[in-house]
Parts: sequence; C-alpha cells; structure tokens
Amino acid sequence: MNINFTMIAQAIAFAILIWFTVKFVWPPLLNAIEKRQKEIADGLAAAQEGKLSLEVAAKKNAETLNEVKQKGAEIVGQAEKRAAEIVEQAKNVAKDEGDRIIASAKSEIDQEVNRAKEELRGQISTLAIQGAEKILDKEIDKKTHADMLTKLAKDL
Amino acid sequence: MADSSYESPSEYIGHHLSNNEVHLDFLGGGSFMTLHLDSFVMAVLLGIFSMGLIWLVARKASAGVPTKTQAFVELIFSFIDNQVGNIFHGNRHSFVAPAALTVFIWVLMMNAMDFLPIDIMAKFYGMLGLYEWKAVPTSDVNTTFGLALGVWFLMIYFGIKVKGMGGWLHEIFCAPFGSSVWVWPANFLFNLIEYVSKPLSHSLRLFGNMYAGEVIFLLLGLWAATGVSGIIFGSILGAGWAIFHILIVVLQAYIFMMLTVVYLSMAHEGH
Repeated sequence: MNINFTMIAQAIAFAILIWFTVKFVWPPLLNAIEKRQKEIADGLAAAQEGKLSLEVAAKKNAETLNEVKQKGAEIVGQAEKRAAEIVEQAKNVAKDEGDRIIASAKSEIDQEVNRAKEELRGQISTLAIQGAEKILDKEIDKKTHADMLTKLAKDL
Repeated sequence: MADSSYESPSEYIGHHLSNNEVHLDFLGGGSFMTLHLDSFVMAVLLGIFSMGLIWLVARKASAGVPTKTQAFVELIFSFIDNQVGNIFHGNRHSFVAPAALTVFIWVLMMNAMDFLPIDIMAKFYGMLGLYEWKAVPTSDVNTTFGLALGVWFLMIYFGIKVKGMGGWLHEIFCAPFGSSVWVWPANFLFNLIEYVSKPLSHSLRLFGNMYAGEVIFLLLGLWAATGVSGIIFGSILGAGWAIFHILIVVLQAYIFMMLTVVYLSMAHEGH
C-alpha cells in the first residue's frame, strides 16, 4: 500500500476512458433518447390536435345537420304551400272551365230550343193553313194572307 | 480456506493484499517507479469491457422502440443524467454527465470484482502463473487516488476555464473570508486545505471501504480454515457479508460519482 506510478497510470486510463465516453458513448445515447422524447411529445401533441379537430368537426357536423334539417323543413313547408296553391288554382280553373262549359251548353240548348220552336211554329202555321184549306175547301190566296199567317205563326 | 503453503495467518492476509509489482527500471527505477500490474490491467480491462459494452449499444441506439439491452443502457443513462442534472446547472451533456457515467460504471465494475471468491480466484490466477494478483483495483489506494487526481485536475481545469485565470486566483485568495489583503493568507490556507482534502477524502473513502471489505472476506476465510464450525460460520457470514457488500459496492460507486459531480459543479459555480 504505497503510492507509486500506478496512480499516474490509472489517472491516464481514467482520462482516456472519460474522453472515450464523452466522444463516443454519450452523444448517440443522448441523441436517441432526446429524439424519442421529441417523437413522443410530437405524437402526444398530434393526438391532442386530432382530438380537438375531431371535436370541431363533430360540432360542425351537428351544425350542418341542423341547418340542413331546418332547410329541409322549410322546403317541405314551401312545397306544401305551393301544392295547396296549385290545387287551389286547378280547382279554380276547373270550376271556371266547368262554368264555361255549362254556360255554353245552356246557350246551345237555348238556341236549340229556339230553333225547334221556330221550326214548330213554321210547321204549325203550315198545318194550320192546310187545316184551314181543308175546312174552307178552297184555295187560300197564299199571297194575300201571307202577312196574316206570318203574324199568326209569330203569336204561336 | 488458508492454503497449506501459508505459514501464518498474517502471511495469508499479507499475500492476498499485496499487489503484483513491476519495477519500471526504464523510467529510472526507485520505489515510485513501480506499477501495480494487477490493479492497472484489471482496471483497464474492466474499463474497456464495461464502456465498450455500452458503446456497442450506444453505437446502434435507435430513437424508435429500444431493444431490451438498449433499454437497460438507457436506464443507467437516465439515472446518471438525472443525478447530474440535479447538481450541475450548466451544459452537463458536453462533459460532466458523460464523465459521471464513466466514473460510476467503471468504479462499479472495479468494486464488483470484490464479489469474486478470493481464494478460488487466487488458484485460477495461479494457474495462469500470476501468484500475486489482486483482482479489486479499487482496494489499491493508487487506483482510487489516481481517479481522484484526475477529478482534481478537472476541477482546476474547469475552475480556470469558467472563471478565467484571474477569477480563479481571485477566488483562491479572496474566498471565503473576503477580499481584504489581511485575510489573503487565511483564505489561501483555507483553499489549500480544501484542495488537498478533496482528493484525499474522495479517494480514501472508496479505498477504505473496498479494502476493509476485502480484509473481512480474508478474516472469514481464515476462520473457515480452523475446522468444521469455522467452515459453517465462515460460509454463512461470508455469504452475509457478500450480500451486504452488494450494497457497499454500488453505494461507494454512487458516492464516488456524486462527489465527482459535486466537485466539478463547485469548480463551475464558485463560492
């Protein structure tokens, strides 16, 4: 147990070993660990961000859905209104058309009736003249009685 | 388990505690120019082995999912990094933390050599032709003092580097009592004692613990040579001491590392 050159030799060995560690052992380990730490931190941050954006997206989705629902309801309402309008219009048109058809039919019927009356009058006047001829047994001067006969036919 | 070739217990203990000395005649010889080959070779081998292993892992360290070996190395790394980070407030990654890692691993490995059963290992070394071979480098005061000396020089180096030569000298003469000329001698004496006591306490604490541990193993080995009861008690107590020694080995390595970090951070921060 005496101090000798061993001490110096050990000190040199120590210095070399420290140099080796400083130069070759520590930096790669530090690099690897720090890089991994950074990666983990980045991953966590990304996960947080993802979660946040997911929340935002869900919120937006809900908003959009609401909007769409509202719009849909609006459209349905408008459509119903429009349908009611169209039905009303159609009804009106149909009614007008019906009225028109009925009116024209009525006027036709009136015309027909008038024409029939006219004809009947004519025939009746002819029949009346023939009857009178038969009764009187003599030729009635058609020309002289024409005015009277026409008057008669009109009165019928 | 005293060998029959030992004449007395003191020879047994003395033999186990003596180093394999090589006289360096080419450096002039003398008692100082002697190398404890066992301490030096074991220290260098353990240093290359342990730091080389870590280097092999560090070389291929990936930032992705680590292998189990890498995870183990990273465990040690983070432990050291945390410890240093608590004490040293500066860029620890450039020097102090890797130095602390070296100190911790190296001293731990050297201390751990104490677990090898001395007499069986002595037989093994004898087969290799090494009749005096102390396997625990840290139970040689030269090793611990060599390490402490290295830290001591680093301390002075960083003291000068951080504060500048003027600042460092100013601190030596003006701290801790003040900058008045009348207290310069007191300050200087104080700092001198500090600079002397630091490496002494640093190295002798580790040396004393490891040396004492070895002596107790030897005493238990001696007891085991006295008969049946000695074998039983020697074995049980030897096992008990070995288990307790696990704590001492790790604790002393840890203390040595922490003191290294403390001294270096003191050199950085000053009074």
